[in-house]
Amino acid sequence: MLSADPSSLGGRAKPNYGAMFSSALLKPEQAVPDCVAGPHGRTASRRYSVYRNNVTFSLIEALASIYPAVQRITGVEFFRAMARFHVRANPPRSPLLFEYGRDFPDFIEQYEYAQPLPWLADVARIERAWLDCYHAADAEPLSATALASVPAERLAKLVFVPHPAVRIVRSGFSSVSIFAANRNAGPIAPVHAVDPEDALIIRPGQDVVVRHLPAGGAAFLTRLIEGAALAVAVSAALEATPSFDLSANIAGMIEAGVFATIQDGDPQ
Amino acid sequence: MNAIIKFADPQASRLLRFPAHPIAGLAGTSFKHEHFSAILAERPAGGFFEVHAENYMGAGGPSHRALESIRRDYPVSLHGVCMSIGGPQPIDVAHLARFAALVERYEPALVSEHLAWSTHETTYFNDLLPLPYTEATLARVADHIDEVQEAIRRPILLENPSTYVLFRDSTMKETDFIRELARRSGCGLLLDINNVFVSATNHGFSAHDYLSDFPLDRVGEIHLAGHAEQADDENEPLLIDSHDGPVADAVWSLFDIVAGRCGPIPTLVEWDSNIPDWPVLKGEAMAAQAILNRYAQTFAFGSTHAVR
Repeated sequence: MLSADPSSLGGRAKPNYGAMFSSALLKPEQAVPDCVAGPHGRTASRRYSVYRNNVTFSLIEALASIYPAVQRITGVEFFRAMARFHVRANPPRSPLLFEYGRDFPDFIEQYEYAQPLPWLADVARIERAWLDCYHAADAEPLSATALASVPAERLAKLVFVPHPAVRIVRSGFSSVSIFAANRNAGPIAPVHAVDPEDALIIRPGQDVVVRHLPAGGAAFLTRLIEGAALAVAVSAALEATPSFDLSANIAGMIEAGVFATIQDGDPQ
Repeated sequence: MNAIIKFADPQASRLLRFPAHPIAGLAGTSFKHEHFSAILAERPAGGFFEVHAENYMGAGGPSHRALESIRRDYPVSLHGVCMSIGGPQPIDVAHLARFAALVERYEPALVSEHLAWSTHETTYFNDLLPLPYTEATLARVADHIDEVQEAIRRPILLENPSTYVLFRDSTMKETDFIRELARRSGCGLLLDINNVFVSATNHGFSAHDYLSDFPLDRVGEIHLAGHAEQADDENEPLLIDSHDGPVADAVWSLFDIVAGRCGPIPTLVEWDSNIPDWPVLKGEAMAAQAILNRYAQTFAFGSTHAVR
């Protein structure tokens, strides 16, 4: 059927003002669109640049507010240059800015000038997880009493439903210590840690908390969060870390509010 | 008093989750989380707070706790920033659903959006971008406003933009465009007086003439804010709607004129970057409140039209 919509006329249709106006916003080398002018038809180069600057500057600011520790580690100038590359190549796909920058840690990992800071991408992953944790849905955490009421013979097949705010970031570097030393304003505490650190990001009350997981903890919790039964998760943790301390890890996960509810793993 | 208060109250027939704090005649400020503890400690009397809707579109967490607390004690104005009502492409229905859910959840005293756009295809530019004023864009934008108002089941206030460029294709004055939008869609208007001053300076027209042309009878809220000054290609002053400082004297003067014509309309002082300590922002709102109070007395004696 023929359509009267000019946008369906393919190449012959004049592009709409959205396409024309936005074409050069993130491309400083491109000419100012013909559709705009200053008063009395005057040239609008600096005028159009206001929009270009607003777009790029505000999106760099958005990344800086999501990744403050990364900015403190690199320094402001380094960060802004890195962020500008990222903003121009990967502008937001959602109007919700707190969703922006999910691919920034991977970008940092590949960014040539960041190669001397191999832990930087993992610190960024912790910061991205921090914001996801901050905005995640509210839920009551699983109580120790609820877990204690499960009969012993059912524990092995028990399945845990994660709290919506929980995130785990595994790292081959001391990323939790580096994150903690750089996340807040004030003097930067020296970081002495050298061992790999896995992060648990959780919101037990109002505030987001980032913890360094004990050995085997990430393997254990990751399996549980994926929906594996308790016995399966314990095996995975013991395989990763023969010295894995089950009772300490269970106590820790309850205290931190990692899970919201439990399900009996036996399908009825 | 203004037309906007004649709209039927969509909340009248159902149980409210929050108190229905009246907003008439009040001055308010942007609500910034960095001020939350100062506000809790001081519990300022009167006033209202405006929030950017998108900042509360997360599923849960501390930002909702803060807004719930503010909403319990004060009238709240919900100000949408990125609906792209002024854009050529259809409204993002997922975003509209999120917006409607916030209106439902927080029962705001005022709901507003911009005559602007910020998304093209799937790219979000995080800026309020301008549109040409033509019969074609008028029809489309009026449809977009209808769609938003239908989704939230109440009228919105549409904000006049600040702009740095003009479109060669435009065939209508901004004031005529806005008046016709309000007539067709039934929306109210949010008159941003700083935007009027910024655009008037940038495009060489008179802010007084603009305000004389503006359909003031449909204004349900006023915005005041600070701006910054740059220069254009001819080295003429180019004002930037930066929201990063105090309200300029010229904008206060224009506000005084509008308050004299319209009476005490809810008035917001916006401050979104280089955010000062709470007492500084509150001081700006108190200055606005003093002007509103001066005209409240005049209007209370029923001389609405005598001062025009």
